[in-house]
Amino acid sequence: MDAIRVEGLTKEFDAVTAVDGLSFAVEQGEIFGLLGPNGAGKSTLINMLVTLLDSTSGTARVNGYDINDETGDVRDSLGIVFQEPAVDEELTGAENLAFHARMYGKRKAEREQRIPEVLELVGLADEADQPVESYSGGMQRRLEIGRGLMHEPAVLFLDEPTTGLDARTRRDTWGYIQRLNEQSDVTIVITTHYMDEADFLCERVAIMDHGEIVAVDSPESLKDSLGGDVVTLGLENSSRELFARLDEQPWVREHTETEEGVAVTMAHGDTRVADLVRLADEAGASIASVDLRKPTLENVFLSLTGSTISEREASVADRREEDGEDRTTAEAAEVAE
Amino acid sequence: MSLVDPLGIYGLWLRDVKRFLRTPSQIIGSLTFPLMFLLFLGFGFSGAAIPGLPEGVDYLQYLVPGIMGFTMLLGASFAGLAILSDQDVGFLKEILVAPVSRTSIVLGRIAGGSTTAIVQAVLILVLSIPLGFELAGWLSIPLAAVFLLLIAITFVGFGIALASQFSDSEGFGLIVQFIVFPLFFLSGAIYPIEGLPGPVQYLALINPLTYGVDGLRAALVGASTYSPVVDFGALVISSIVMVSVGAYLFERVETV
Repeated sequence: MDAIRVEGLTKEFDAVTAVDGLSFAVEQGEIFGLLGPNGAGKSTLINMLVTLLDSTSGTARVNGYDINDETGDVRDSLGIVFQEPAVDEELTGAENLAFHARMYGKRKAEREQRIPEVLELVGLADEADQPVESYSGGMQRRLEIGRGLMHEPAVLFLDEPTTGLDARTRRDTWGYIQRLNEQSDVTIVITTHYMDEADFLCERVAIMDHGEIVAVDSPESLKDSLGGDVVTLGLENSSRELFARLDEQPWVREHTETEEGVAVTMAHGDTRVADLVRLADEAGASIASVDLRKPTLENVFLSLTGSTISEREASVADRREEDGEDRTTAEAAEVAE
Repeated sequence: MSLVDPLGIYGLWLRDVKRFLRTPSQIIGSLTFPLMFLLFLGFGFSGAAIPGLPEGVDYLQYLVPGIMGFTMLLGASFAGLAILSDQDVGFLKEILVAPVSRTSIVLGRIAGGSTTAIVQAVLILVLSIPLGFELAGWLSIPLAAVFLLLIAITFVGFGIALASQFSDSEGFGLIVQFIVFPLFFLSGAIYPIEGLPGPVQYLALINPLTYGVDGLRAALVGASTYSPVVDFGALVISSIVMVSVGAYLFERVETV
């Protein structure tokens, strides 16, 4: 059984289709990423999957339960960390967890066993009895992640888990997420607009744009689909001989002459740099510089959608300004986000 | 999800109580207004001949149950505000995504809001004793508790119903003043409603607080306009109506 199976899921807000007939599946135990610019429909999709939003059409199963008909079972099966913080700052960390546990029907004995476990898991055992308002941003995030796991859900949703955190805290948070996935084999679904985050954490990534999924695969395969790594050799003299030799190599997928020298496309570029240098030597070309570029998910997004993520986000912002007078559309777009 | 989830309701209640106890400034702040009314009106009108006052009841005796009713109104509006401030800080989502029915959430909030409102009203009662307020007898306490509970359920239910129609706490905070004060002035809390012009008297008669204050007066002072049975009946009806309306409207709150 898949952890999540989505079939033709659609959400329309007035004139805006925020999520457009999505179908995909998330396997049990994997870290699955929904990658896309703000406004791509990621949060709308998540909100439907966690039963906070009704779908316009289509359906989905979470842990085998239908999101429309088996709301209670779906909710029992999932934990969620929302994009915006959702902790009670006046309560302590332990009290926030206790509140959550009661809401999920955990009796006293279970609570007393589970709360210290969770606090230990997210490294907050020492701060358990401090009010949450004294926590740093990263600590609050960890508390929320721990709380999401409190009732031992089958699936944990993390909506933009590191937005607003500084670089170091982001790294730490990634570490926690990976460890949780390994230790508790909970399926994790992450939405993010950070390419590096999706690349680092996710076993598979669905790239979303305008409410649609344009590709689903592992980050490696997605990047590989672009043809591979590019090694650029800066040459002091143009060398026909080198180009002829490159043509002969089976591992060279493509090579093009550039202003400084030659750009060569291949798989596993890092293991081929030495070969390239030797080829150039043999061909009598003298090398001024070597540059290895591995494709990123940003390149994948660009090749699939024709623009970069930041361009997409800027255009969404522009559209909203233009639609200023048309309140319903603007509001719907905001909700869609 | 069962319609009524006792553990979830208890969790919501406990959270409200903890938050209340942890902010003494808020407790003091919420009592300031009613206490000022009690002091200034109580002493200002202490010797005045107010038409319609029950025989042998001096003004302070008349006023204290009214001010307790007013305190309940403030406490209830605070409970409505709490829902919206949960929404402002994102905590409402944590509540709504839990496997607990909306009805249970409303009941939990009513339990929490009622408890804190009742505590405040009781504090007003205790503070009025050194000012010269005299209880009619020991039976006053349990009887008053029943009326306080019904007032609390009615108006916290009302606060939740109203809050569910707002998307942020600012708008609600403004509107609520325009509702609390008419309810207060049209309830016989500080003067008998017989003194009001005819049509306005009808407004007072459909105001549940009229029966709440009258019931409290019957319990605490031993003098009332209507029979305590009438007061009790009216409040039971208003409680049921308000809880139903609150649950109905809260069921339809969109969260995202």
